[in-house]
Amino acid sequence: MSNRIYVFKVFERFWHWSQALLIIALLVTGFEVHGSYKLLGFATAVDTHTTLAWTLVGLWVFAIFWHFTTGEWKQYIPTLQKVDAMVKFYAYGIFTNAPHPFKATTLKKHNPLQRLAYLGVMLFIGPLIWFTGWFYIFHDKWVEWGWDQYLSLEWVAFFHTVAAFMMLIFLIAHVYLTTAGHTPTSHIKAMITGWEETD
Amino acid sequence: MRAKHLLLLTLFAGATAWSALAAANTAPSGAASVEPSPDYPKMTMPPPEVKPPVAKPSKSTADHSKFKELQVDFKSGPEVTAACLKCHTEAAKQVQHTKHWTFEFKNPQTGQMLGKRHIINNFCTSISSNQEFCSACHVGYGWKDNSFDFAAQDKVDCLVCHEKTGTYRKLPGWAGHPVYQDVEFPPHSGKIVKAVDLKAAAQSVAKSGRNNCGACHFFGGGGDAVKHGDIDTSLSNPGKYLDVHMDKDGLNFSCGECHKTSGHEVPGSRYAVTAKDEGGKAHMRGKEDKNPATCQACHTNAPHKHHARLNTHAEKIACQTCHIPEFARGKATKMMWDWSTAGKLDKDGKPFTTKAPNGQVAYDSKKGDFRYEANVIPTYVWFNGTVNYTLADTKLDPSKLVQINRFEGSASDGKSKIWPIKVFSGKQPYDKATNQLLIPHTYGGEGDDTAFWKVFDWNKALEAGMRSVNQNFSGEYGFVSTEMYWPITHMVAPKDDALSCAQCHQPSIGVGRLDGVPGVYMPGRSANKLLDTAGWTFALLTLLGVLGHGAGRIYAAKKQGAKHHE
Repeated sequence: MSNRIYVFKVFERFWHWSQALLIIALLVTGFEVHGSYKLLGFATAVDTHTTLAWTLVGLWVFAIFWHFTTGEWKQYIPTLQKVDAMVKFYAYGIFTNAPHPFKATTLKKHNPLQRLAYLGVMLFIGPLIWFTGWFYIFHDKWVEWGWDQYLSLEWVAFFHTVAAFMMLIFLIAHVYLTTAGHTPTSHIKAMITGWEETD
Repeated sequence: MRAKHLLLLTLFAGATAWSALAAANTAPSGAASVEPSPDYPKMTMPPPEVKPPVAKPSKSTADHSKFKELQVDFKSGPEVTAACLKCHTEAAKQVQHTKHWTFEFKNPQTGQMLGKRHIINNFCTSISSNQEFCSACHVGYGWKDNSFDFAAQDKVDCLVCHEKTGTYRKLPGWAGHPVYQDVEFPPHSGKIVKAVDLKAAAQSVAKSGRNNCGACHFFGGGGDAVKHGDIDTSLSNPGKYLDVHMDKDGLNFSCGECHKTSGHEVPGSRYAVTAKDEGGKAHMRGKEDKNPATCQACHTNAPHKHHARLNTHAEKIACQTCHIPEFARGKATKMMWDWSTAGKLDKDGKPFTTKAPNGQVAYDSKKGDFRYEANVIPTYVWFNGTVNYTLADTKLDPSKLVQINRFEGSASDGKSKIWPIKVFSGKQPYDKATNQLLIPHTYGGEGDDTAFWKVFDWNKALEAGMRSVNQNFSGEYGFVSTEMYWPITHMVAPKDDALSCAQCHQPSIGVGRLDGVPGVYMPGRSANKLLDTAGWTFALLTLLGVLGHGAGRIYAAKKQGAKHHE
């Protein structure tokens, strides 16, 4: 018998999908600015990347506000409980049709590996990309603000690129792991409808 | 309105005549005589075949043709000057303080004594011993050797900068005088240069216009467009494409609009360039402590109203870098001059010239090999305005490329911007014993038996050239490779023709404009290769990992499905 549980509220789903689109578009334009390929043309890529970046900043402001006012931020408190079970599941269990070791509930919507991964994205990749990105955007003002003594565009760009690669790698793994729920589509359905099917 | 038409007519007549003369210059090389050079006539502005009407400035409060002092049949230039000075009492004194007169400039930054009297460049090299020829572009009369009196006020040439008839020509070889009688010029050419009408010229005077400055500056280096790459006769009457400020149908600036002259002192010098004008506010005109010839003087340092990012670029990049995308856009400019091959003679023992397929002179017995180029992409360098010259007494290393003028600057000195420059390559004589540049005596008048252009003997020419500056020539000469930098700052293109972002950041031709400039992190061009390799490798491994994992799941599911069916 299948149970259904309401996991993702409207705002979360809106946040997730708009963020997904923004991040993919930022990766595409960002790596063009970086010089990896030519797609939109340099000037358009820079303008688009900058506009998308500010849009994502706006989205994050709303998301942070939402998480703190709703208390949903607690979903990301890391735990090592059952991490080993999750790792074992991905390494063996998933191939032998073993039961998923984690049951999502409204209070605990992420499995322990998700918690760690998303926290890493939000506390490490996020800040790295935002701060280097802002330094980049405000390169115009470095001299005026006296930042030029402490920053070099070369290193700002380096760490911005590091963060971009990490985001890309996260994206690949994340997209794949959406198929590793109780059924291959249960996670994806949940993120679209809000309802997750459990056993 | 009428005056404007008259002026255009004057220019047109001049241009027509000049074209005719230029055509005459391209006569077969067999016609070339030992003296003077077939290049001569290119060095001064066009002589009209018919005397054009005198153009009068419509808004002047003085009509000089009504002045009794000028209603005189002047016999010589100095007589005209004497008449000018009766009213303009301080004019000659002012001129005598300027580089146009002294041909000297002491660089306050380096302490070096520069100016045409002192430098040795890699074009005609030096005016020393050749003044009779070179002083066609001196704002004076009679400088033919070291005895010239630089204090004589009546020797100042007012007309060359102020006359408006377009008939006043100073021919090389006349020591700065115009011709007072009809002369065949070049000699044996059958062409006659008419005696100047000094009365008409004197009565026509007005504020200097493009062709007054151009009479010398268009022809620097011995011919039209030769030297600068961004100053030539196409600026006489330019369209918008060529120069957005001087556009004849648009702003129609004269040179003096930017080189705002005060007391005959013309600002804007390539000896001491204002490479980085802080330009917070437009200081435009009337403020004497600033250089009015910079772009920032009018435009400030933040002229891009809708693209703040471009203003940031302007903190490190000279306006000219983007807004003058190519130089020599009007006429081909000389890019290379190799003196070492000069002196070859034909089977009759006569000098000759040959032409390149593009119609430009490729070889001249008097000067050696040349190369001209049009629409040239500039070289880009960090430049802080300080220029160091290789002077007559500078020791050089003949095994290396000698920089005639080294542009100083760097990404980190806080005083530099990235500038577009023309790099002019040369090969010129130096003394093997002293390792110093040599001065050749090139031009010689009647009876001269040491001038290179007469006898084609380097030993004699170098000995005479060095003697003119009281230096010895060891007798052993060689040719050293040299290069000279020229800042590109004129012929500003309309904004639609400015460089696009991609020309530096994402060049379609594979080479970005600023690729060779050190100390620049250029998004799109400067990616860290190691990081890229690592990043893409990890991303690929992750992709392969999840694909493998997925394939494993599908395989396992099939196997289990099969088991269930058993």
